[in-house]
Amino acid sequence: MEVVTFFAQVFDSTIRLSIPLLFACLAGLFSERAGVFDIGLEGKMLAAAFAGAAMAAVYGNPWLGLMAAIVVSTAFALVHGFASITNRGNQIVSGVAINFIAAGATVILGQAWFMQGGRTPSLTGDQRFTAITLPFASELRGVPIIGEIYSVVLSGHSILVYIAFFMVFFSWWVLFRTRFGLRLRAVGENPAAVDTAGISVAWLRYRAVICTGILCGFAGAYLSMSIGAGFVKDMTAGRGFIALAALIFAKWRPGPAMLACLLFGFLDAISIRLQGTPLPMVGRVPAQFLQALPYVLTVVLLAGFIGRAIPPRAGGVPYVKER
Amino acid sequence: MAIPHGKLPGWADYGLLPLINVIVAFSVSGLVVLLAGESPVRAASLLVEGAFGSGQNIAYTLYYATSFIFTGLAVAVAFHGGLFNIGGEGQAYVGGLGVALVCLWLDTLVPWWITFPVAILGAALAGAAWAFIPAILQAKRGSHVVITTIMFNFIAASLMVYLLVGPLKPAGQMAPQTRTFFEGGQLPKLNWMLEAFGFTIRSSPLNISFLLALVCAFLVWILIWRTRLGYEIRTQGHSPKAARYAGIGEARIVVITMLISGALAGMMALNPVMGDTNRLQLDFVTGAGFVGIAVALMGRSHPAGIVPAAILFGMLYQGGAEIAFMMPNISRDMIVIIQGLVILFAGALEHMFRPWLAAAFASVSPRSVGLGRTGREGA
Repeated sequence: MEVVTFFAQVFDSTIRLSIPLLFACLAGLFSERAGVFDIGLEGKMLAAAFAGAAMAAVYGNPWLGLMAAIVVSTAFALVHGFASITNRGNQIVSGVAINFIAAGATVILGQAWFMQGGRTPSLTGDQRFTAITLPFASELRGVPIIGEIYSVVLSGHSILVYIAFFMVFFSWWVLFRTRFGLRLRAVGENPAAVDTAGISVAWLRYRAVICTGILCGFAGAYLSMSIGAGFVKDMTAGRGFIALAALIFAKWRPGPAMLACLLFGFLDAISIRLQGTPLPMVGRVPAQFLQALPYVLTVVLLAGFIGRAIPPRAGGVPYVKER
Repeated sequence: MAIPHGKLPGWADYGLLPLINVIVAFSVSGLVVLLAGESPVRAASLLVEGAFGSGQNIAYTLYYATSFIFTGLAVAVAFHGGLFNIGGEGQAYVGGLGVALVCLWLDTLVPWWITFPVAILGAALAGAAWAFIPAILQAKRGSHVVITTIMFNFIAASLMVYLLVGPLKPAGQMAPQTRTFFEGGQLPKLNWMLEAFGFTIRSSPLNISFLLALVCAFLVWILIWRTRLGYEIRTQGHSPKAARYAGIGEARIVVITMLISGALAGMMALNPVMGDTNRLQLDFVTGAGFVGIAVALMGRSHPAGIVPAAILFGMLYQGGAEIAFMMPNISRDMIVIIQGLVILFAGALEHMFRPWLAAAFASVSPRSVGLGRTGREGA
């Protein structure tokens, strides 16, 4: 029984920790499938987290905060689009720039507006997205295993968690079952063909980048208004890059992306859980080893030792119409 | 990549356009200062005062610049080979391990001038080793060096935390750092150099690795523009296809370029670890690896541009401290924004003003952009 409770708690925090990764990963999916590499997920998430928390702190409404998060994140996404689509700049360089601008601007503006050393005021009660208890969660608690899974793991999360899982399905549907999705994927593989068909490559890529902005807005809002209570400096802590790793790990597909994010979330949860406690057989695993594991796994995957991760063919290449 | 749109005279291409980009980056930074409720003009004057106001301040500016020269050169060498090494941060961090191990080993045995060359070797080897895996993976297995070097930054951070809270920490000490190096592991300061110009300096961390950085800048220039290897690296960077036809081994160039880049990034660790704190600490790189990206872009990957760009960023770091002291709203994070804006305007948006500038040149003097009656090639 104790084992079940332990795992129920670990899986519960796995879900909590994987949600920001999941939103960011799906965000990257849209952009990269359209042929625009985006290593600025981290920065957009951070900017969104700040905008959301600032808005919620001032107006006391998390939904307004979410809107602000999405608007700011999309604005950053459009800067990336302007640089990499319209100006045909280097997409990696642009992403790096966005990460730095967001990291600096959030702290400077936070300090100037709230005078709390770069953080926003703590959000309390209704200013955050509060936990939702699924129907019958407390009644089912007594049922062995299933009840535990339902009431501890699945119930008691904020609305954003359920939106995230819905987004996995929705992204799949958009990308693989709509005309827009087909064109979006085509523009990431062979933009010239799309252009020949009379469809604007630039406008399509801009729309993909906007999708990225919206989803990064959700990721940031979740960080500062659901799992956290307010913005703190550098609160994304490299999650944008783990999301990128998960995206590669999932070979740019939504379903596997969810599994990859859950796996990386699980590693995170277990490393928090296991701090200092020895494992049977293995002995004490240093926490740093578990923290580094997602990155190591990604490198191993990229090297083609477990399957092959092939990025969209036109990824990172600006489209030039006339040649 | 082909340069889009108009052709410009050489001096405008290599001087004016980058200058415009940097000016725009700084103007936007000024807007951020304004948004934070402070005067950009006063901030700028505080910045210059803080960076160059006294011998002490100049020494600090040059101390920071030293680190940025190393990381800037590291990024630039990789750029020439068509590679984007974002891993400077991690390579410098691991480079610190190389420096620390050499110092811990030799500092009680020999004077600093024997430790120094060995430490240079240690730093370069450690940095290069950290760049080697991403390099070999790109060369042999086709995984992109951008993603792998980002991943290696995080792996380096975990590795160093593990080492500094565990094996490298002396027994009975709380702080996660190595023991302090003895005299044989401390680089001499360069205060005499500035004092020779009539400045007075109480104490500053500026040390002899500044001169090493300048030597490295010169060596990089020789390597890239005056050697066969440099020619191969540039060919590979400009046109991998041409390089292949010319019989240049692609895998070999990728690996060698990344090794040189990693070694340069690793040598950055000499400055703070052996030159200033004299012990290996957590997070001693503090973003210098990333500043290198901005420095390389601003300096157009040429040592003659990188050294002034590094000094400019050294000025921002040192002067930024002054601003933070005088204007509570502007913390040192302002530098991070400026860095980002420089990368954006001098890097990703570098050609934004080109069509506009080309049109201006064409209307003022058609000959300068190759539209003259003589029909000569543009300069």
